[in-house]
Amino acid sequence: MSETLASETSAGGVLPGAPGEALQVEVRGEGELQTQDMNLNVGPQHPATHGVLRVVIDVDGERIVGAQPVVGYMHRAFEKLAEHRDYRQIIALVNRHDWLSAFCNEVGVALAVERMMELEVPERAQWIRTMMCEWNRIMNHLMFVSSFGLELGAITPMFYAFREREDIQHLMESATGGRLHFTYTRVGGLKDDLPLGFLKASEELVPVVRRRNQEYRDLLLGNEIFRARTKGIGALEPEVALDYGVSGPSLHATGVAEDSRVTEPYLKYDEVDVAVPVARNGDSYDRFQVLLDRIDASCDIIEQCLANLPPGPISAKVPKQIKAPEGAIYVRTENPLGQGGYYLISDGGKQPYRMRMRTPSFNNVQMIPHLLQGELLSDMVAIMGSVYFVVGDVDR
Amino acid sequence: MESIFTFDSLLFTVLVKVLVIVAFFFVAALVVGYLEHKVMGHMQDRTGPMEAGLGPVKHGVGQLVADGAKFLQKEDIIPRSADPWVFALAPGVALVPTLTILVVIPFGPGVWAENLDLGLFFALAASGVTVIGVLMAGWASANKFSLMGAIRDAAQLIAYELPLVLAGAAVALQAGTLSLVGIVERQNELLLFGAVPVWYGIPQFVGLGLFFVAAMAELNRPPFDMPIADSEIIAGHMTEYTGLRFAFFLLSEYAGMVVLSALATVLFLGGWYPWPGAELPDGPLGAVIGTVVTLAKIIILTLLMTWARATFPRLREDQLQTMAWTILIPLALAQIVVIAIVIVVLP
Repeated sequence: MSETLASETSAGGVLPGAPGEALQVEVRGEGELQTQDMNLNVGPQHPATHGVLRVVIDVDGERIVGAQPVVGYMHRAFEKLAEHRDYRQIIALVNRHDWLSAFCNEVGVALAVERMMELEVPERAQWIRTMMCEWNRIMNHLMFVSSFGLELGAITPMFYAFREREDIQHLMESATGGRLHFTYTRVGGLKDDLPLGFLKASEELVPVVRRRNQEYRDLLLGNEIFRARTKGIGALEPEVALDYGVSGPSLHATGVAEDSRVTEPYLKYDEVDVAVPVARNGDSYDRFQVLLDRIDASCDIIEQCLANLPPGPISAKVPKQIKAPEGAIYVRTENPLGQGGYYLISDGGKQPYRMRMRTPSFNNVQMIPHLLQGELLSDMVAIMGSVYFVVGDVDR
Repeated sequence: MESIFTFDSLLFTVLVKVLVIVAFFFVAALVVGYLEHKVMGHMQDRTGPMEAGLGPVKHGVGQLVADGAKFLQKEDIIPRSADPWVFALAPGVALVPTLTILVVIPFGPGVWAENLDLGLFFALAASGVTVIGVLMAGWASANKFSLMGAIRDAAQLIAYELPLVLAGAAVALQAGTLSLVGIVERQNELLLFGAVPVWYGIPQFVGLGLFFVAAMAELNRPPFDMPIADSEIIAGHMTEYTGLRFAFFLLSEYAGMVVLSALATVLFLGGWYPWPGAELPDGPLGAVIGTVVTLAKIIILTLLMTWARATFPRLREDQLQTMAWTILIPLALAQIVVIAIVIVVLP
């Protein structure tokens, strides 16, 4: 042991996580090596947490004996901000807490306000919203497909997935003007109609995404090392998942097919066939497979939307000053990462009295200690990469 | 045959040899690094470096030189709780073994620095020293992630040095010499079934595979890069390093690729001979052709390593150990037994 380290250790009060603490190994008793658990700060700046999630873990060698996520490093007070914004501004706001599911978030808020105002949204607007939600879902899933591969050390899928993301972003940009924060929804409809050529481009892009999705299957699911790294790792039981409030792909991987697009359809999901891919084991491999299957399922929905898209207006007649009537409403939507909920309380003014968001990432992160218990440090990335969370969505 | 770098004056000879080896070390690391940037870039649907160039030649050929210049300017940070001497020495300790192996590697007829009778032994022994540098770095950094990386690296070395040495031993057995020059020359005389000229890579294809896999593990190249897994333990022993010292670690990785590919070339792929049983002209022409052939083979092997990096996810430390102890080492031992029997039965 170096002198510097020795002096810090002998001084006594070594804080957990301080440099000297890792190196204390005492030999006691009959020559048996007593080891001490090491306290390790993973994050808030750690590549496996993609963002600023902090997980404090105790490791015995490479084995994790305890884990505790610490959230809040990215708290931006969106719920409080919403109390001082009118409804149009809130739509721009909710684009930002989960930046990968921007469109699905804004639809949720718009639905809440429209249901309170009992607005009849034109058919065309609803079909376009449905289609855009699914494009956004594919974009979101591609991001996790790429980052999961990257965390396991496969760098190539990252670049491939960003190629498709770029195509989809380009498509959505042509309609919405945004690449990440779309702000395309308005209370009562949409900002603009689709531009010329959008439908044709969509039609052409769907088979491309399907074909490339097959490439990811071949590249990752078919890879021996990938299977060895993910099969049986971080297996989640359905009962535990439901207890923790886990939703989305992580829940579907355990075999529970709860999806509010099917159980409580909104937009036009009751008029299209929504396939909810499920798996059985709930391990990292299954979570990843479900994610890839969902991309295919979204492609199917987009094709149905393209076939059914009616002509007509894209916005209902709304008053200049949008005011939700007094009352409260809870709207739930199936966001790409799971169940999104918007609890809106209005006192009749142009701003909500209170807006509470239920975000899927928060509940997904909750199960991390349960999943990490007893796994190896290397499996930590296989697990955290596959429970699918966005840190902004955790902290809001 | 004498080394072509031999002159009448001993001092001058030593000076020339040292200069040639150090120059080759840096140039080879830069070339392989550049190739990896570009080839992996194109595999991943991007172009790799495009701007930095040397004079009129663009396509990023000067990228690594520019990187080197950048590393030189960086502040040399030594963490407060680090052990400054060990911390500062570690990159050098990791770098020097790679440099010393180059001494015994023959690149063409006469193109070597030293033809040691124990060449293979020397090369394999020196390659194991790198891990001491890594352990020093991991320990002295006073960083838990670094320490874990260094311990993973040491564990990996113990598991992988054995198949590497055993595969090399089988070649020495067949060649009847430990001199790398001797191995290349014997190899070219080998006739399979008394008629077909082949290199050791054909009868010892198992050994070639083992050697290549073990070499990748030894170099911490993906899919065996757990000691430096950046998504788990954030580059392991290199976490706390900046500037030139960090560049030294990078250099030793790329130069290590060259050195171990060169060893594989010499042991299994016929060294400087373009095809099995080939004859090279005497004199400088032969030396040039031989060197070009060796370098081409080295580059092909390093490109294979790059390909593996672009394709595979990372294995887990315990899976790697299981693979080494239950598959690779028994296989290597079995191969030695088979080779020994064949040598005795068919003299």
